[in-house]
Amino acid sequence: MIEVEDAHFSYSNRVEALKGVSLTIKDGEFVSIMGQNGAGKTTLIKHFNGLLKPSQGIVRIDGVDTRKTSIATLARNIGFVFQNPDHQLFSETVEEEIAFALKNFGFETEVIEKRIDWALNLLGLTQYRKTSPFLLSGGERKRVALASVLAWDPKALILDEPTIGQDYQQKEKLRQFIVQMQTQGKTIVIVTHDVEFVAECNSRVLLMKEGIIIADGESREILTDPEVLAQSSIVLPQIAQIFARLSSLGLPKDVIDVYEAKKIILEALEKRRE
Amino acid sequence: MSVFDGLKFRRVYSPIHNLDPRVKFFYVIVIFVAAILFSEILPLIGLFLLQIPFVLLARVQKQWLRSLRGAAFLASFIFAVNIATKFFTAGYMLTAIDVEFSAAMTLRFVVLVESFSVFFLTTSPDHLGLALEQTRIPYEFAFAFTTAVRFVPVLAEEAQTIMDAQKARGLEMEKGNFLKRIRNYVPVLIPLIVSAIRRSLELAEAMESRAWGASKKRTNLYALKLGRGDLALLAITICILAFSIYVRLYFVVPNLSQFF
Repeated sequence: MIEVEDAHFSYSNRVEALKGVSLTIKDGEFVSIMGQNGAGKTTLIKHFNGLLKPSQGIVRIDGVDTRKTSIATLARNIGFVFQNPDHQLFSETVEEEIAFALKNFGFETEVIEKRIDWALNLLGLTQYRKTSPFLLSGGERKRVALASVLAWDPKALILDEPTIGQDYQQKEKLRQFIVQMQTQGKTIVIVTHDVEFVAECNSRVLLMKEGIIIADGESREILTDPEVLAQSSIVLPQIAQIFARLSSLGLPKDVIDVYEAKKIILEALEKRRE
Repeated sequence: MSVFDGLKFRRVYSPIHNLDPRVKFFYVIVIFVAAILFSEILPLIGLFLLQIPFVLLARVQKQWLRSLRGAAFLASFIFAVNIATKFFTAGYMLTAIDVEFSAAMTLRFVVLVESFSVFFLTTSPDHLGLALEQTRIPYEFAFAFTTAVRFVPVLAEEAQTIMDAQKARGLEMEKGNFLKRIRNYVPVLIPLIVSAIRRSLELAEAMESRAWGASKKRTNLYALKLGRGDLALLAITICILAFSIYVRLYFVVPNLSQFF
């Protein structure tokens, strides 16, 4: 779905934000990109829908070179939700906000109506249909932004910092939602600092540092490797920290999932009792 | 955004950057006045060339060229309007003098842009604020002005992000006829304005929680003093002003077309 070959990118102030990134994201994959501020995460994902084009190297979406097509064409398949919903909300009502992209892509009026209903329902926003997006809370605005992208049903969903400003319950809902999207076959890419969120998502993890990818693998493998994480200024998720400290008791170190942790601890307790 | 680039201050150290902003501003005003005094092309060319040593001394030629490029559209518009008015009022005729006059009007605009650009490229917002304060402008106004200047690049960057966000939702800014294109800016301008207002409210709260305006008389860490370079520029500036007025009053400035 997304292929990046040795992509380099520099901003106009000559800071080289990407220094040769290569990766392939397959259809239906769930990838979390992590790393310090300024590591090039947002720069990288902006290449996925053509907002930025590599100054060297190639980015291909479904086999098409992003330099040879328009952002609008790419956006039809790649839904990109920006970090700050206030950078995109402008309509008088939530409903019109969602209709904006659908109109841009030239959907029929009846289809637009249906899609609005569907997207509002999906994100629990139906009661705000006629409300101004500016009157909603931060978390709600974030959901409106997400709904406005989901409405056109893109094949891939790219979320920049989706957990910022969300309370724990909303985060959990978001996680379930992402997992649900993935089971429906959507490709998901998220950029986040939230190591606990990634640990619970059980996705592929890409670690970036100073414009290159320094690690790529399953979350269980990467999020339990303190040395690799330290390079990106990330600390282990809490469960991994507990297991790292309990390893002298003969417990495995590579645990990041709550349910798995519970199982292992119960088994260990059982063994002691015997 | 290229016009904004020409006004964005970058921290460089050069003899021009170290000059007192009050003197530099006086210089800009004098250039402004001189450009208004003359409508002939020769003195305007002189005024245009006069700035180039400053630009080179300040080592801002790249940004300066960019701001000129940003002004190119408006300059060509001014030229076209002048030519058109001359053409229609003179009974569908154009003389060399008309073309020269239009070029002079355009150059006048370019000189203004040029001098303001040099001023903003070489004056830090802090310096500017200090200058305003020391000329006894109430601190509230001085602060509002420097904040506005300082937030121009921030807003420009934000506008770019907003444009990206809307493009990611299928907005094609360059599509459609003239009216449609103007309407394409609505999804960019509304979030920009809303977030600017929100930011200003937040800034006000943050300032007040740091005791902004607690005492009437504020002290400053740095004070501006006129140095040798400042006096030199002041002298040069006064000479330019005096010379311009003298030439205007006692000479007839020839047209370029008379020589050919």
